[in-house]
Amino acid sequence: MFDFTSMTTAIDSYLNSVLPSSAATLIECAIIAVCVIVAYLVFAIIMIFMERKVCAAFQCRLGPMRVGPWGLLQVFADVFKMLIKEIISIKNSDKILYNLAPFLVLMSSIITFSCLPFDKGLQVLDFNIGAFFIMAASSFGILGILLAGWSSNNKFSMIGAVRSGGQMISYELSMGLSILTLVVLSGTMQISEIVETQTKGWFIFTGHVPAFIAFIIYIIAGNAETNRAPFDLPEAESELTAGFHTEYSGMNFGFFYVAEFMNMFIIAGIASTLFLGGWAPLYVPGLEGFNSVMECIPGFVWFLAKTFFVIWLLMWIRWTFPRLRIDQVLALEWKYLVPIGLINLLIMTICVVMGWTF
Amino acid sequence: MKFKDTYFGGIFGAISSLLTGMGVTLREFFTRKVTEQYPENRKELHISERHRALLVMPHDENGNNKCIACGLCRQACPNGTISITTRTVTDEETGKSKKVLDTYMYDLGACMFCQLCVNSCPKGAIEFTNEFENAVFDRKKLIMKLNR
Ligand code: SF4
Ligand code: SF4
Repeated sequence: MFDFTSMTTAIDSYLNSVLPSSAATLIECAIIAVCVIVAYLVFAIIMIFMERKVCAAFQCRLGPMRVGPWGLLQVFADVFKMLIKEIISIKNSDKILYNLAPFLVLMSSIITFSCLPFDKGLQVLDFNIGAFFIMAASSFGILGILLAGWSSNNKFSMIGAVRSGGQMISYELSMGLSILTLVVLSGTMQISEIVETQTKGWFIFTGHVPAFIAFIIYIIAGNAETNRAPFDLPEAESELTAGFHTEYSGMNFGFFYVAEFMNMFIIAGIASTLFLGGWAPLYVPGLEGFNSVMECIPGFVWFLAKTFFVIWLLMWIRWTFPRLRIDQVLALEWKYLVPIGLINLLIMTICVVMGWTF
Repeated sequence: MKFKDTYFGGIFGAISSLLTGMGVTLREFFTRKVTEQYPENRKELHISERHRALLVMPHDENGNNKCIACGLCRQACPNGTISITTRTVTDEETGKSKKVLDTYMYDLGACMFCQLCVNSCPKGAIEFTNEFENAVFDRKKLIMKLNR
């Protein structure tokens, strides 16, 4: 497999040779920031388009077809519409928090996004407690949602924000449990090492039953984390207009919208990293010819293919199931997912200790 | 207590019913899509047979229609869309007088396509067709004479 570290170290040593080291670091930070934000936006555009098309297909429609061939330019038209809308300021709202909230949400999702390993060495943040860092970074987006609801001075926003607080903090738990299950299996928390281990078999195969249960729990919790149906209570159009972002307009709303889509990408990316092997190609022990063919496909293709497969799975769930009530949401988490997750963690530990994994 | 009411029965019941639902939507994902891309596909546009777009009175090859000018359709119409004028003709052989249709006026602009007129007609003289491209720039053009 091609290792991108050689490329990044080459750029690093070149910059250090022509510039003082502080300036080199500054420029590297800027380059990385630009790359991350560009990738973030590109994926957001792809995701929004994909959502429209996949949703349409599940409803037996064609989706957008008019703007550009097959409606390819629809997303740009949407963004343009959002950009020319007025950003209204709400009477009696808390101006600072009101304007800060979308950025908190966006920031949390960008930081988590930069933890995703796109290919060997193609990863911005990678250190020894990576799994914990992802959980921490992804959960401070909830702060932005709570602030958005609180500062808009609107009862619908407030109810939406409180619901989303209750829901996201609860589901954080079972998400953490299923990530921990995989950490037990891999024996490390460093994202790059987790993927490295999976070049000799993806965890969903090597970890068999407990890994599969953890995957299901992760998908359910991930759906709840992104506030999408069947867990879209914080937004609940029918009862709360738009929930916590009722009062937002123009690009401030756009940030929430983009962050929601990218959270789905991130959830899918982490799922594919932890369970489906990230950039690791399909490895079947014993079939050397097959394995070497699989090796020829570049890592980022593997990663994106798996991620978009999981995204498709999430969309399939979203457009199939009816919405839950708030008490059902919490009952599902505390009565079902958490106990199952804990027992599953125990089973995985026993499997690892007894050497029952492949 | 039946198994499906227990904790684990609930879990398995939920999983199987959710999978059933996902199976249904997956089938839908791969079926042919029903969207009609209207102005481009005017040639192969598919409209349901039962779609009501325009009231017509079919005429046979000799230009005769089946209407007996009974006025039931006019009475059935909630909107007063139909107006009928009649004249009386005397049959030469029998000498009996008979009401025949003079004009049958239908105001498309006032019609709500409820089909009560078609249902009430004892002779099946009027029917709805699929001709839906009826937009005009003058309201007067919406008032049509259906008989020839
Ligand atoms: S469809 Fe209804 S509204 Fe239209 S002419 Fe017939 S009875 Fe009247
Ligand atoms: S169209 Fe039918 S219901 Fe109307 S006047 Fe003629 S025969 Fe009677």
